[in-house]
Amino acid sequence: MNFFSDLLNALPGAVAQGLIWGLMAIGVYITFKVLDLADLTVDGTMCTGGAVCIMLMTHGVNVWVALLCAFVAGLLAGAITGILHTVMGIPAILAGILTQLALFSINLRIMGGKANQAINPDKYNLLVSLRNVKRLTLENPILVAIVFTVVVIALLYWFFGTELGSGIRATGANPNMSRAQGINVDRNKVFGLMLSNGIVALSSALYSQYQGFTDVNAGRGAIVIGLAAVIIGEVLFARLFHNFALKLLGVALGAVIYYIVIQIVLTLGLNSNDLKLLSAAVVAIFLAVPYWKGKYFRGAAKKAVAAPAPAPVAAGKEDEPNA
Amino acid sequence: MLELKGLYKTFNAGTVNEKRAINGLDLTLEDGDFVTIIGGNGAGKSTMLNLISGVFPADAGTITLNGVDITNLPEHKRARYLGRVFQDPMMGTAATMGIEENLALANRRGKSRGLARGITAQERTLYKQQLATLGLGLEARMTSKVGLLSGGQRQALTLLMATLKKPELLLLDEHTAALDPKTADKVLQLTQEIVERDKLTTLMVTHNMKNAIQYGNRLIMMDAGRVVVDIRGEEKKNLTVRDLLEKFNIENDRMLLSE
Repeated sequence: MNFFSDLLNALPGAVAQGLIWGLMAIGVYITFKVLDLADLTVDGTMCTGGAVCIMLMTHGVNVWVALLCAFVAGLLAGAITGILHTVMGIPAILAGILTQLALFSINLRIMGGKANQAINPDKYNLLVSLRNVKRLTLENPILVAIVFTVVVIALLYWFFGTELGSGIRATGANPNMSRAQGINVDRNKVFGLMLSNGIVALSSALYSQYQGFTDVNAGRGAIVIGLAAVIIGEVLFARLFHNFALKLLGVALGAVIYYIVIQIVLTLGLNSNDLKLLSAAVVAIFLAVPYWKGKYFRGAAKKAVAAPAPAPVAAGKEDEPNA
Repeated sequence: MLELKGLYKTFNAGTVNEKRAINGLDLTLEDGDFVTIIGGNGAGKSTMLNLISGVFPADAGTITLNGVDITNLPEHKRARYLGRVFQDPMMGTAATMGIEENLALANRRGKSRGLARGITAQERTLYKQQLATLGLGLEARMTSKVGLLSGGQRQALTLLMATLKKPELLLLDEHTAALDPKTADKVLQLTQEIVERDKLTTLMVTHNMKNAIQYGNRLIMMDAGRVVVDIRGEEKKNLTVRDLLEKFNIENDRMLLSE
């Protein structure tokens, strides 16, 4: 029974961590799913936000102002990647890698040349903190993270329903059609990258407060966790959630599930050094699922054609265009 | 009025694959002209349409539409003047967005897009009426994703999107080539109705000589990046496929002889 009591003990932390990373995953969703770009900038931004927030707070800036500045720093990082991609014609994935690499130096500069910076929860008024995770108060980070998630999803739902937001969705869905309808595709890509990295930086700022420190390696592999959350959310909730806001909620829940699973394997005795290997494997498998599904269904349809018996169900599924 | 003057376009310049697609092209369209364009593969038909819509820049020459020089405008900026339907039914619509969302995007062509609602209730009523004129029952599926529609339905929708805001020039690039004959006829019929109703200046590329004769008030034949035959008015009305083939062969022979 040791395993279960250990797990139960660790569960609130996993949920809080998952919710905060859920925000980050929502940022990844904007580039990966809405814009149809794989943006690797986030590995840098996932540190930048925290670095900006912690440094400002330790210099006496109000926590909300610090959060806002972290968000703006994320916007700027996204803008750089966007400009590298659209103005300089660098493939999106490479543009993201370049910004991510540059951010490593910038993050060190922000943190005053140190690889990590701590913030004392006794001395500063933090929004979220690890030590409140099992307290039933309004300061519980799970509660705060839920509020942030709901607000961010609501704002994004509104934004992607506006003329500008619809234009960004169209840009990702069909750039040819978008240009033909007078949409500035390049500008929209920059906007999407900015928004995405802004949200990632916000998540980073919350996460560093939650942990009580920020580290220059905080964002290493962040994109993989973000993608894992996006894909888990999609695979598990695709049939349930069709509305855009619910899809974002699915992504946030995907991150929570990811961290619960990680907690389970850690409690089972996995060496925490092997975590990144496990994360990569999980994402690889979940990315393969839709591909395998397609293959499997094609196989079923072929069999249905070969056999004269009741086939139209499987065959009909194949006929649905872009389903 | 559309004026193309001394247009040139070469692909892969300076390589073994160099191809002069448009070679000193001059063409003037009067307001309300419905011009059908025929010509063999590589004659420059699609390239001409792509130059007009700004998919790529011209090497030389000017493109003027109703007095505005659009030669150097980026593609998304000239979109305000143009309605376009492509050969590939997948190309003209956003598959993952709803029918009404696609129409709303088209309805904002040429306007700056800010933080106003992407679609209003008032618009929905308008779109419902407009979709009903297509006679495809799409008005009952306003929120369906466009990816679920057939090729013909998507082309009809693209046509509606291209003409929802009256364009100064409608560009149809073999827009029925990917459809089965019956659906192609239906979409052509719709095209004719809309063009006549809104008195649209139109360029329609087609590989079907019968269609080229049947539709429009003017027919041009292109070859090697230029207009080689230009028929209009009464002559066009009395034109037969046989006449056209003859002209086509004469032009082909002339090309061969000159080489």
